[in-house]
Amino acid sequence: MKKTVLSGNEAIARGAFEAGVKVAAAYPGTPSTEILENLVSYQGIDASWSPNEKVALEVGIGASFGGVRTLVTMKHVGVNVAADPLFTLSYTGVRGGLVLVTADDPELHSSQNEQDNRNYAKFAKVPMFEPADSQEALEFTRLAFAVSEQFDTPVMLRTTTRISHSKSVVTLGEPLTGLPEPSLSRNPAKLVMLPGNARPLHHTVEKRITDLEEWSSRQPWTRVEEYGGKIGVITAGISYQYAREVMPDADILKLGMVYPLPKAAIRAFAANYETLYVLEELDPFIEEQVRAMGINVQGKDIFPLCGELTPGRVHDALTGEHAPLAHSVDEPLPNRPPNMCPGCPHRGVFYALNRLKAYVTGDIGCYTLGFMPPLSAMDTCVCMGASIGMATGISKVLTEEDRAKVVAVIGDSTFLHTGINGLMDMVYNRSTATVIILDNSITAMTGRQDNPGSGFNLAGDGTYQVNIEALCAAVGVKHIQVIDPYHLEQTKDVIQAEMHRPEVSVIITRRPCMLVKRDNLESKPPLFVDSDKCTACRACLKIGCPAIEWNPEAGTKGQAQVNELLCVGCKVCMELCKFDAFGVVDDE
Amino acid sequence: MNDKVTNILLVGVGGQGTLLASEILTEVLMLAGYDVKKAEVHGMAQRGGSVVSHVRFGRKVHSAIIPEGEADILFGFELLETYRYLPLLGANGKVLANDLKIMPLPVATGKERYPAGLAEKISAQVPQSRIVNGLQLAIQAGNDRTVNTVLLGTLATLLDIDLDLWRQAIKKLVPEKFCVVNLKAFETGLTVGF
Repeated sequence: MKKTVLSGNEAIARGAFEAGVKVAAAYPGTPSTEILENLVSYQGIDASWSPNEKVALEVGIGASFGGVRTLVTMKHVGVNVAADPLFTLSYTGVRGGLVLVTADDPELHSSQNEQDNRNYAKFAKVPMFEPADSQEALEFTRLAFAVSEQFDTPVMLRTTTRISHSKSVVTLGEPLTGLPEPSLSRNPAKLVMLPGNARPLHHTVEKRITDLEEWSSRQPWTRVEEYGGKIGVITAGISYQYAREVMPDADILKLGMVYPLPKAAIRAFAANYETLYVLEELDPFIEEQVRAMGINVQGKDIFPLCGELTPGRVHDALTGEHAPLAHSVDEPLPNRPPNMCPGCPHRGVFYALNRLKAYVTGDIGCYTLGFMPPLSAMDTCVCMGASIGMATGISKVLTEEDRAKVVAVIGDSTFLHTGINGLMDMVYNRSTATVIILDNSITAMTGRQDNPGSGFNLAGDGTYQVNIEALCAAVGVKHIQVIDPYHLEQTKDVIQAEMHRPEVSVIITRRPCMLVKRDNLESKPPLFVDSDKCTACRACLKIGCPAIEWNPEAGTKGQAQVNELLCVGCKVCMELCKFDAFGVVDDE
Repeated sequence: MNDKVTNILLVGVGGQGTLLASEILTEVLMLAGYDVKKAEVHGMAQRGGSVVSHVRFGRKVHSAIIPEGEADILFGFELLETYRYLPLLGANGKVLANDLKIMPLPVATGKERYPAGLAEKISAQVPQSRIVNGLQLAIQAGNDRTVNTVLLGTLATLLDIDLDLWRQAIKKLVPEKFCVVNLKAFETGLTVGF
C-alpha cells in the first residue's frame, strides 16, 4: 500500500474518500478548513462551503436521509452554531452514515475560546472518536462511517490543532465500493420529530449509548500497551503521544472512542495499577467518568486544565519541576504580533474609526486585528455575527451622545454567516447604530475560502453572488453606501456622517482581499519616502502598515522608510502625509 | 537506525514561506525511510506573526512537538525569530540562520528597537552556528525568491541523507515553472555548506 505524509486534515479527507462519502459540507474554521479543501479534489464527491455550520449540518442530514455517506466539518465553536440540528439528529439517527468533524483548538492558536467539544458527544448522546495521529485520522474516519450506520447514529470525530495541522506518515487504503444507491425513502416515525415520534426515540438513544459502551470495550481501538507494569495511564488523542514521549515505561490504555467510554476495559485495566493517571487536554472529561466509576485516578490535580499539553508541560506536572535549559535569552525582545497585510483594505477603515473615537463592536475575521495597536479600534469580539446584535443592545442603554459612537464592523463572510439576522433585528426594533460591512469578497482569515458573496464555489466554479446592498435593503435598511476603503478621507467622512444619523445605516467598504489573485489586479509599483521631505512627524506610522518602517538612525530625528519588498502601492499612507514625502518608485 | 529522534525547529515570519520549506524537509525524511512528524499552526499566526514548525524524525516518533530544550537544529529564516527560540535548542544543538532582519510591528512603528548584534549573540551562545546571507546567495543562484531553497541546501549538509532525495522532494513540491531555479538554489546552498 502507498505510504505518504499527510496532515490530520488531509488524512480525514482521504478517509472520507475511502469510506465512499458522496456529500460534504462545511463552513471554514481553523483548524478544520483543509479537510474540505482537500476533499473537493477527489472525484465524485459533492463538497461545498455552506454559509454557516448549522446549514452545513442540515445539508449533511439531508444527504444522509437521501441514503449516502456524508461528512460535515467545522471548528469547535462552529458546533455551537450547529448544535440545534445535532441534538435532534441524535434522535432521528441516519440513513447513509454521517460523520461530524469537530476540530478543537486547545491553546487558542486561532480561536476565541478553547472549549472542549468532547462534552458535546456526551450532551448530544452521540459516539465520538479521537485520533492520535494522521494514520488514525484516516482509519477512524472510515470506522466512524461504519459505526454510524451500524448503530444508526451520527458519529463525531474530534481532532485538535496538533492532530489537524501535524503531518505524519500514513499508509493509504482502498476506497470502498458497492455502497447503497441514494433514493427517496419515507419514514416519518423516524424522521419527523414531533413529540409523539421523538419520545420513544429518546429511549432508543439511551439504549444505543449503553450498547456502544459495552461494544467499544471489545474493539481493537480500545488497546492496552504494556511497557513496564508499574504505572498505568488512560489516554486518547494527542495526549497519547505525550504519554509515550514523557512516560515511556508506563502501561497505557489507549482509547479510540472517547464517548461513550469502554467502562469494562477501563475497570479491567485500572485493577492492575496502584498509580493510575488520566492524561487528557482541557476538561477532566475522561477523569470525571472514571472517578464516577469509583476508580481513584490522578488527573487534573496535577496536569493543567487550561491550554494544550506539550511534552514539557506533562513532564513538569509529573515531576513538579522545570528541567534546566542550556540556552537562554536574557533581554526583553520585541513581540511579533500578527498584522493585517500590506495593502489590506481593512486598514484605512480602522484608522478612520480610531480617529473618530468610535465604540466598535467587533466580529471574527482578519479585521479582528483592528484591535491591535496602532489601529486600536475594536472594543468587543465575542463570536461570529455578534457585532450587529451587540451594537443594537448597547445602543438601547446609552445616552444619545454615546449612542452616536457605536459602530458594528463585520466581514462579508461573517455577515452572511449569522450577521444578517442581527441586522433584521436592528431595523425591526428601530435601533440607530451604524454597521460597516468590510466586504473583501472572501473568507480571508482561514486562508481565502469562497462564500455566497464571492461569486465562486468551493470547486472554484463561478456561481450566483449575493448582492449585499440589495440584501440590506430587503431587510429594511434605508441608508446604504458603498465606498472604497483606499480613499481614506471619504471613508472617514462617510463613517462620521452615518454615525450621527439617528437611524440604521450600512456602509459597505468594498475592495478585494490583497491575497486574492483571481481578479488579475494590476500589480502597482511600491512607494518610497523622500528623505528631504520627511519631517519625522510619524503620522504614517499610525496605520500600522508592515511596509512602513521607522528608522531611528535616519535624518536628525529618525525617518520613515518604505520596505519595497512588502509595499503593494495602495497609497493609503500618501493620504496621511502632510508633507508630500511619499513618492511612487516608477515616477522617480 | 537507532532509537534517537532528531529534532529540527524551523522559525521565521509569516509570509516568508517557511511552511513550504518544512514541507520539503518532511518529504525528504519520509523518502529516506524515517518515521517523521511535523507540527505547525495555521490561521491567525500566519499574518506576519512569528511562525514555528517542528520537524522530528527517527525510527519511531511520538510527539510532533519538540520537547523544550531538545532541538538538535534551530533553523531560522530571520534573526530575531532565531534568537527568540534559542531556549528550545539542546546543549549540543546547532543553529543555521538566515542573515535577515524583518521589523516586527512595534519596531516598525518606532515603539521599540530591533535588538542589535543578534548574529554575534547567537554565535556566542552556540559554538556550532552558521549564519548565511540567503538573499545574496539566492541572487547569486539566479533568483531572489529562492532564499529558502538555498538554506535547505545548507541544511542538507548537516543531515546524512542522499541528496537525490532532496532533489526529488523539491521537484514534487515546488511548482514546475520554478523547479529549475530552485534546484540551482539548492546546489548553491550545498556548496556554501555549514
